[in-house]
Amino acid sequence: MKALVVERKPMRFAAARLAGGWEPGAGARVGPLRLAEVAEPALPGKAWHRVTPLLSGICGSDLATVDGRSSRYFEPIVSFPFVPGHEVVGRLDDGSRVVVQPALHCATRGIDPPCEWCARGVTNRCELVAFGHLEPGLQTGYCSQTGGGWGHALVAHESQIHPAPDDLDDCAAVMVEPAACAVHAARQITAAHVAVIGSGTLGLLTVAAIRHLVDPDRVLIATAKHAGQRRWARALGADVVVAPAELARAVRRATNSRVAGQQLTGGVGAVVDCVGSAQSIQQALSVVGPGGQVHLLGMPARVDVDLTGLWHREISLRGCYAYDRADFEAAFDLVRQVGLGRLVSASYPIDRYTEALDHAAHAGARGAVKIVFDLRSRTTRKARA
Amino acid sequence: MPRPGFVLDVDRSTPPTLFWHGEGFGLERLPVGSRVIYAPEPQEALDDPDEAVRHALDNPDGDSQPLRTQLFPGMRLTIAFDDISLPLPPMKRPDNRQRVIEAVLDLAARAGVDDVVLICALALHRRMTGPELRQAVGDRVYDAFAPTGRLTQHDAEDPDNLAYIGQTEQGEDVEINKRAAESDLIVYVNINLVAMDGGWKSTATGLASYRSLKHHHNVRTMLASRSFMDQHRSELHSSNWRMGKVLSDAGVKVFQIETTLNTDTFPSNFAFLQKREWEWTLKDRATFLAVSRSLDRVPARQARKIFHSIRSPHAMTGVHAGEVEAVHRLTTERVYSQQLVPVEGQTDVLTMGLPYICPYNVNSVMNPVLVMCLGLGYFFNLYRNKPLVREGGVLIMSHPTPWEFHPVHHPSYIDFFEEVLADTTDPIEIEKNYEERYATDEWYRHLYRTSYAYHGVHPFYMWYWGAHALAHLGSVIIVGGDTRAVRRLGFKPASTFRDALEMAEDVVGREPSITHLHNPPLFISDVS
Repeated sequence: MKALVVERKPMRFAAARLAGGWEPGAGARVGPLRLAEVAEPALPGKAWHRVTPLLSGICGSDLATVDGRSSRYFEPIVSFPFVPGHEVVGRLDDGSRVVVQPALHCATRGIDPPCEWCARGVTNRCELVAFGHLEPGLQTGYCSQTGGGWGHALVAHESQIHPAPDDLDDCAAVMVEPAACAVHAARQITAAHVAVIGSGTLGLLTVAAIRHLVDPDRVLIATAKHAGQRRWARALGADVVVAPAELARAVRRATNSRVAGQQLTGGVGAVVDCVGSAQSIQQALSVVGPGGQVHLLGMPARVDVDLTGLWHREISLRGCYAYDRADFEAAFDLVRQVGLGRLVSASYPIDRYTEALDHAAHAGARGAVKIVFDLRSRTTRKARA
Repeated sequence: MPRPGFVLDVDRSTPPTLFWHGEGFGLERLPVGSRVIYAPEPQEALDDPDEAVRHALDNPDGDSQPLRTQLFPGMRLTIAFDDISLPLPPMKRPDNRQRVIEAVLDLAARAGVDDVVLICALALHRRMTGPELRQAVGDRVYDAFAPTGRLTQHDAEDPDNLAYIGQTEQGEDVEINKRAAESDLIVYVNINLVAMDGGWKSTATGLASYRSLKHHHNVRTMLASRSFMDQHRSELHSSNWRMGKVLSDAGVKVFQIETTLNTDTFPSNFAFLQKREWEWTLKDRATFLAVSRSLDRVPARQARKIFHSIRSPHAMTGVHAGEVEAVHRLTTERVYSQQLVPVEGQTDVLTMGLPYICPYNVNSVMNPVLVMCLGLGYFFNLYRNKPLVREGGVLIMSHPTPWEFHPVHHPSYIDFFEEVLADTTDPIEIEKNYEERYATDEWYRHLYRTSYAYHGVHPFYMWYWGAHALAHLGSVIIVGGDTRAVRRLGFKPASTFRDALEMAEDVVGREPSITHLHNPPLFISDVS
């Protein structure tokens, strides 16, 4: 079958890092990703099913991999070569449509008894993602044995499979996985004033999740770089949408803070950083109030951040990775309720992957949100402009 | 004998016309048939302004006794004076305020008055810095009063130093500076740059609190003022006059001293700016070229510094003292005699070049909100009878309109621009949805009181100032402005003057009448 494959080739990772550093998405042309003819993944056991992807999204973490920006932290918990793609709506061999919940936890690895976290159902915190009968891989799309959504077949454990309701078309269904990340983050938040940094897919979904699933009354401030993102953020429920440079002033106004140097004296109770850069983390720390929480939803890497304010103001910085099954199920409701299938802006066949990745890397600037691979046909087409 | 104002009909022989463009200027060729209105030439200065001041203090106007007879030992005397917003540009020393305050203090000293406090009547404007105060009141006054804390600045947010006087018949709250209200006499020292200044506006606005100011600094009042330069058709003035009556009835005694200036606005090295272009000498042309080219080469910050260092040669043309309303009548007549220019008929398109300065950015940045205020609030309203531009007409302004703010002077302007104007440019909506929050914001209040920031509500007032023009005009075009900033203001950006004229034709039709306001020097169009 045809699939996009990431191989462990240090020189190519270096080239991708160089190219991607110069132009986001450019790592696709010179890096470790290539379109190849590969064998379909074998079913690892009885509880496994073959899934034929229909649509598969391009996520920020995928772009980080393609551009060689991912942290080396992941090296022991992924296995090469792997087929990326963890935002997947596909079809089982019996013809039913499913959405894949990609986290590869103890149950998928045949580990019994499961780790403490999997036993409690908090599978996103599985301690054993490099163990069991599967090759290492924190998710489908990072494991050499399971395949991924950027190919024409993958395998999924029954615990990873959610039937796609008929009232969700493919575009809506492919948004469930990223929406589940947002739901997971939104459920951690109790503050009355919340800032969401970044209005890429994750930021917009977080706005939607906080507004529609958690509490419709809280004050929600979002940053957005581009005009299209600003419109989406407002449409999805942000009370205030500002350019990134305007965030501190917007938070000050909303919280009646004062300013000491570059630091607000007060601030919002929670910030969800959907970017994960040094700059965004620093900004989050500068607008969160004393005792507040900064949730890192955007995948960070190595960053240089001044944590003095975090220490002085007793701020919590917490990671926010993936979701559990309950989050995932709630995400179906969110996608349906808010009509999040609208966020799929363009689709590409996998043989036009460089264009697709370039589009995804510049989605905001081009008025797009989510870019997906369309694996329903091998012909070249664009589903939506 | 200075020549009166002049309306030029542009023909083929007319040289290009000077347009201000912020911290710079250029020449534009206006279409044949356009009109250009020039300010009257500067009236003669008083031969001996100090003697004229002393004479005015001894020979007051209206129902008032000479100042010396109102001064006595043991009294509380408060001398309030106009702030940095007047005059424009700041005048060469000695400033009118210095001359008058020194004369008043001489009389007070002779009368044995030792409880004297000076108050800069800044209303909701920013506090003045030490050097700015020194420039206004002079070294002698500054050195005598500032070190002992007797040279003060009004604080409209100091609950301990505000006195509630009462309400007007229309329910307007009158609350002013407590020290002033409780003094035996307030001597108010004014500089009348335009007819809007002075009268009861000096005390009722300059020394007031937000609680009081909001009764006339609001959209309704601005829409009902046609124009601010005509006291009898200005609701802004009517409200201040009603408040003045409340002050008088409550026993607050005011001895008003108003001074007028001529239109001699720019020093000799910038003299070409106030000349008619066809009268430019070879030296004027050479200076224009040299200055223009130099300004093109220096960074904007440097250009700003150069312009803000200009000290105007404005000269005192008159001084009147005594009872507020009698004084102001005479002052207004004198201002009109200097500034009125008869103009026949309105125009379809009004053009103007906006200079680097307005009342609220002395030593500061002309931010986009102030660009709006200067063009639509001030220059548009420099009329008597009816606006220079017809209803539904187009205003074309030339200004770079940078997306730039002075972070110390204009903090709430930044928020106003980013938050409020991003939502709406409708003054009524703005007033209804945002004003109170900004006016009561503790951070802005803190900055106004302790730093050098305009009050949180000030950008709102700037926007309201242009409310009449916004309602009157069919379109506003800014030539050479920052596109994003211009659009945020709700106006249309144009790259060139010619493009702007073409855009204007879409609103007012082909071959519109065009009038250019050759301003500054300031003048008032008396439109028939």
